Amino acid sequence: MTHERDECMNMTDMRIKKHPILSTQQTRKLITIYFDGKAVEAYEGEPISAALMSAGIRSFRKTRKRGEPRGVFCAIGRCTDCMMIVDGRPNVRTCITEARDGMKVETQIGRGEFKSP
Amino acid sequence: MKKLETDIAIVGAGPAGLSAAIHAAKSGARVTLIDENRLPGGQLFKQIHKFFGSKEHLAGIRGFDIGTQLLKEVEALGVDVMLGTLAFGVFGANSLGLVTDQRSYELTAKRIILAAGGQENYLAFAGSTLPGVMGAGAAQTIINISRVRPGKKAVMVGSGNVGLIVAYQLMQAGVEVAALIEAAPHIGGYGVHAAKISRAGVPIITSHTILSANGKDSLESVTITGVDCAFQPIAGTERQIECDTLCLAVGLNPMTELAWMAGCKFEYVALFGGHVPLHDENMKTSVDAFYVAGDICGVEEASTAMEEGHLAGIAAAESLGFIEKEKASRMKAEAREKLNMLRTGYFGQKRADFKKHMLESFACVCKENRT
Repeated sequence: MTHERDECMNMTDMRIKKHPILSTQQTRKLITIYFDGKAVEAYEGEPISAALMSAGIRSFRKTRKRGEPRGVFCAIGRCTDCMMIVDGRPNVRTCITEARDGMKVETQIGRGEFKSP
Repeated sequence: MKKLETDIAIVGAGPAGLSAAIHAAKSGARVTLIDENRLPGGQLFKQIHKFFGSKEHLAGIRGFDIGTQLLKEVEALGVDVMLGTLAFGVFGANSLGLVTDQRSYELTAKRIILAAGGQENYLAFAGSTLPGVMGAGAAQTIINISRVRPGKKAVMVGSGNVGLIVAYQLMQAGVEVAALIEAAPHIGGYGVHAAKISRAGVPIITSHTILSANGKDSLESVTITGVDCAFQPIAGTERQIECDTLCLAVGLNPMTELAWMAGCKFEYVALFGGHVPLHDENMKTSVDAFYVAGDICGVEEASTAMEEGHLAGIAAAESLGFIEKEKASRMKAEAREKLNMLRTGYFGQKRADFKKHMLESFACVCKENRT
């Protein structure tokens, strides 16, 4: 972890710490992704949406006409409500796209646009 | 577009697709299994509850353990598994368009088994698009696969088995469940699941529906209302429940796009979630090379999906000469027997009746085609 603690978004921690059936031991590598420029802790390979939700982030994009917020609805890549701009590419379904260290994830407005990463 | 070839292509690596792949590969056929996800298993890995039914149907085993078992078999049999690969279309009589890592392929297969599964139904009401409103299956994926809580306090809509089980699993994950509401006057799912959440103190409010989801940037509360016997809201019965998560467990519909593209004959069966491709007793559709198995031809359960997968895998391999007729008949009879057993009881019998009806419709359709 290289980022400053006070910059980190993970003030809200929604990760499951105790569970009667599932193991909550983490063997995955802890990485950092950036949500609208702010550092968010993530586990390598988990869906981007899961990392964002673990930090309490729920609004992923805004609609084109009315600017309404949208977040995760189906979580299996079908509904496209969770699309964001990822490393400069718009319309990326964050619920089925794996988090990688240093990834830049941005709130998408309307259809979004390509940016240089 | 690079061209690929195989004997039997299977779309969907859930319980139906994996089961089909196992039987097809055991027969000696070259099998290619395609799934859009990076991880196979379909929805099995988020099923942390024990399956019900009898021992032959793996009752008492948790869904994720069933998934692990199936995967091991598929790997041991040398099935070519293409993950992160989307089957985006049907070309010609027996080819699929595939895209993976931004490259596209044309896969020609002698037989194609469609086991694409189902997706959750949506429910329209004011504020239903607010972040925090999600499918019950979505919540289940987030808690049981990603091990993240989608919120702190949830309301569940729908008292079928999905609603009841996911409400309980939300509690296991540490999410408070404020209420479960159901539009019908009685609980839809099994009593044993309803009792579990009732005992844990979750009110199950029947004859109620959701009026609106409220909040600015994300969900803050929901307004529910009582409904009369015609499901119309009763004025004066509205009340507000604070919550940051609303889960919709209002059924699923079959993901039939590829079957439509292939030109399969369909019928609308409300009990099975919508339009379903018709098939014969071998799971073969009205289009020669195409077979179906699992939720795509009627939303049921993982256990029925596995048996339909077996049936489709055996039948497809038999049609190519990989299994001799007598042996195939024996194996298919066994799978059909298990399916009949699974489709018994109050819920099962209706499904058995409609599956029988679908077979009859299929026979009619094929007759019309011939004349």
